[in-house]
Amino acid sequence: MSGDSPDSRADEDATDTRAATDGGPAADGSPEANSRPLPGEQPGPDERDHPEGRRNLEGIRIDPVVEAEHESRRAVISALVEDEPGVLTRVSGLVSRRQFNIESLTVGPTTVEGHSRITMVVEETDPGIDQIEKQIAKLKPVISVGEVAGDAVTSELVLLKVEADDPAAVHAVSEMYDGETVDAGSETITVELTGDKTDVDNAIGAFERFGIVEIARTGPTALARGNTPTAPGEKPGTAGEPTTHDD
Amino acid sequence: MSDTAAQPRSDGDDSDGSTAATATDDPTDPDDGQTARPVSTGAESVVAALETAGAKTAFGVQGGAIMPVYDALYDSSIRHVTMAHEQGAAHAADAYGVVAGEPGLCMATSGPGATNLVTGIADADMDSDAMLALTGQVPTEFVGNDAFQETDTIGVTRPVTKHNYFAGGSDTVGDTVGEAFELSRAGRPGPTLVDLPKDVTQDETDQTPGPATPPAGTDPDPNADAEAVEEAARAIESAERPVCLFGGGVIKADASDEARTFARSYGVPVTTTMPGIGSFPEDDDLCLSWAGMHGTGYANMAITHTDCLIAVGTRFDDRLTGGIDTFAPEAEVVHVDIDPAEISKNVHADYPLIGDAARVLDQLTAAVREAPDADAWRERCAEWKETYPLTYATPDDEPLKPQFVVEAFDEATDDDTVVTTGVGQHQMWASQFWSYSEPRTWVSSHGLGTMGYGVPAAVGARVAADTMGEEDRDVVCFDGDGSFLMTMQELSVAVREELDITVAVLNNEYIGMVRQWQDAFYEGRHMASEYSWMPEFDKLAEAFGALGLRVDDYDEVAPAVEEALDYDGPAVVDFHVDPEENVLPMVPSGGANGNFAAVEDQL
Repeated sequence: MSGDSPDSRADEDATDTRAATDGGPAADGSPEANSRPLPGEQPGPDERDHPEGRRNLEGIRIDPVVEAEHESRRAVISALVEDEPGVLTRVSGLVSRRQFNIESLTVGPTTVEGHSRITMVVEETDPGIDQIEKQIAKLKPVISVGEVAGDAVTSELVLLKVEADDPAAVHAVSEMYDGETVDAGSETITVELTGDKTDVDNAIGAFERFGIVEIARTGPTALARGNTPTAPGEKPGTAGEPTTHDD
Repeated sequence: MSDTAAQPRSDGDDSDGSTAATATDDPTDPDDGQTARPVSTGAESVVAALETAGAKTAFGVQGGAIMPVYDALYDSSIRHVTMAHEQGAAHAADAYGVVAGEPGLCMATSGPGATNLVTGIADADMDSDAMLALTGQVPTEFVGNDAFQETDTIGVTRPVTKHNYFAGGSDTVGDTVGEAFELSRAGRPGPTLVDLPKDVTQDETDQTPGPATPPAGTDPDPNADAEAVEEAARAIESAERPVCLFGGGVIKADASDEARTFARSYGVPVTTTMPGIGSFPEDDDLCLSWAGMHGTGYANMAITHTDCLIAVGTRFDDRLTGGIDTFAPEAEVVHVDIDPAEISKNVHADYPLIGDAARVLDQLTAAVREAPDADAWRERCAEWKETYPLTYATPDDEPLKPQFVVEAFDEATDDDTVVTTGVGQHQMWASQFWSYSEPRTWVSSHGLGTMGYGVPAAVGARVAADTMGEEDRDVVCFDGDGSFLMTMQELSVAVREELDITVAVLNNEYIGMVRQWQDAFYEGRHMASEYSWMPEFDKLAEAFGALGLRVDDYDEVAPAVEEALDYDGPAVVDFHVDPEENVLPMVPSGGANGNFAAVEDQL
């Protein structure tokens, strides 16, 4: 500790040692004496009562019998948004700024002109998923957001470019996975496949033996099954009309 | 008491024949709902929209891209205060908003003007202060071309605004500005920004802006769910160790009266957060002052041992909670907030109540049928108050203590005095050793912790008080030597505008909070924290045209305080205080609040 007094300070007249507290200075401007315990006279941390209880990292009180531990899980989140410039940046920027674990993000138009649907797959604990939904809901261009209920219908698209040494074999594997050849040349063949994550992973595995040159993959997009609205309160709508209703 | 607005700030316009998407039932400013005056350009439409929304004051700096808007201000009723630096404009607007209880307004040109606002915008964002920033932008056709003084202001400010707008055309720009103004105070307040390309403001238009209204769906229901209120009320009734924790949201919602009524009706001891200072009088027997890293020992003991925490308008910042595992570890948490995203973000809420603080506190006061049986608990809180008082020693072999200076100003001023601060040790002393009793009297940078906030905030606070016809209120800025050096150029504004502010620099020739941490956690290695190179602030003040005084000793304090407060204009008192003094108590970062160190050796 160096901490010399500032050189510029005049040598002061001595004042008595005493404590000034909430009473403030006396009328004559000198520190007021009082009997309150100085910090050094107060009980230290070891001399105080401390409660037994604890909270976990998510701020939830831990029940000693059943500890509130959260496992992270995969969730599909669907957001209905106004299709204005920068809306995707607002959503993706929020996700990265708050360090949410995001696996994929897709965006595309809906039935309503001027609206888009953003579909995100995240890997988070239940409180984390709750927080993602709430934070996204606060963005002005977001109309509605929520986790897609239950076993959502999900699908993604992949374009695979493989070497064209054995076109017949490529075609056979493509058939097996309901793929479609979208470009064929003397050196490469490009196949288009759709399906859920597992289907696409399996198909890519099967094409590996031909030598994969390039892959472009969208990440999943999703809809809720049956009559359940995909985003909370979503209903068929037209531009300029509300497309959600409160339930 | 500067209770300027009795209604929650979540009201929009109530103009007749409004086609607003959100119906409101609150009477608002008489200015609201007026028909805007005829306009001929986009810039005039911007200014007409601001007038219609009720803006009275703007803080800003001129520049090329914003010139059309400034030109339109020439004929406006809005008072413009030219600041020395755009950061000062943002802080002044922020503080103006805090004191006046309405959105502050700041303006800057494109490029460096806009980037200089960013710190102040981020500050308002962290503290949920309503503020509108207007930035000039290069003409639309040049956007994206790296034109002269072009910055992607929308991109730069996106993470630190509630929402920002890129103005699309002269016909709509007025309505956009009106919407942005109202959005800043709808629901949870926060800063908004409108980026104004020069062609948009220069182009002709005869479209007068309509009444300012927030966007649909941004004005939430002020009342909490009735059933949830009942459940929370039962939990409060059965508590044995209840504590209120009033945050900045209580002040923003103008809910201090409701907060006082609730706590006093049921004898619930009160702690506040630092932004919540002033929501409850600190000289009240129920008050335990503020909790957190440098809060009082008794507040931290109460927060640690409570079995029912009634938290209103707080986001449980880490500086308040310490380690989350040891924060109120045995408490059922009732959490009142207007923003659903704050519920269970940091601390799990057992009883979430989403709504406006004033309304929900009224609901709770009505729903609780009997006071919790807490006599023993109140006694325990009183004992903690006796055991762990805020105090400091004044040995005769040590220089002037900074806490003494704060107390001297507190003694010499009335309860309605506004205190502004920079950030650091002086900020903590100003909040610890001053007894606050009214909302909107403590104006500081909490969440962002912006050094340099104090002087421009004093300018904004003074202008606000004068605008409200409260010229008799004192405005005192406590600043550190490091903080003062960052924004003291705004003193020139105070001199030009003849603003009656007093700046008390608690000068310890250190960036003191850093020095304190270096001593505690870095073996006393004072890397870049020694500020022995400070200029003589009293002489600097005189160079600006302000009153400059210097104080080194106890017996000089009272006369200097009196002279500075009596001086009709800006005064700076350079108090040379003990460079070794530390801020205590202190909860080490991430530690348990109940383990606060009363002296340095306990860290």
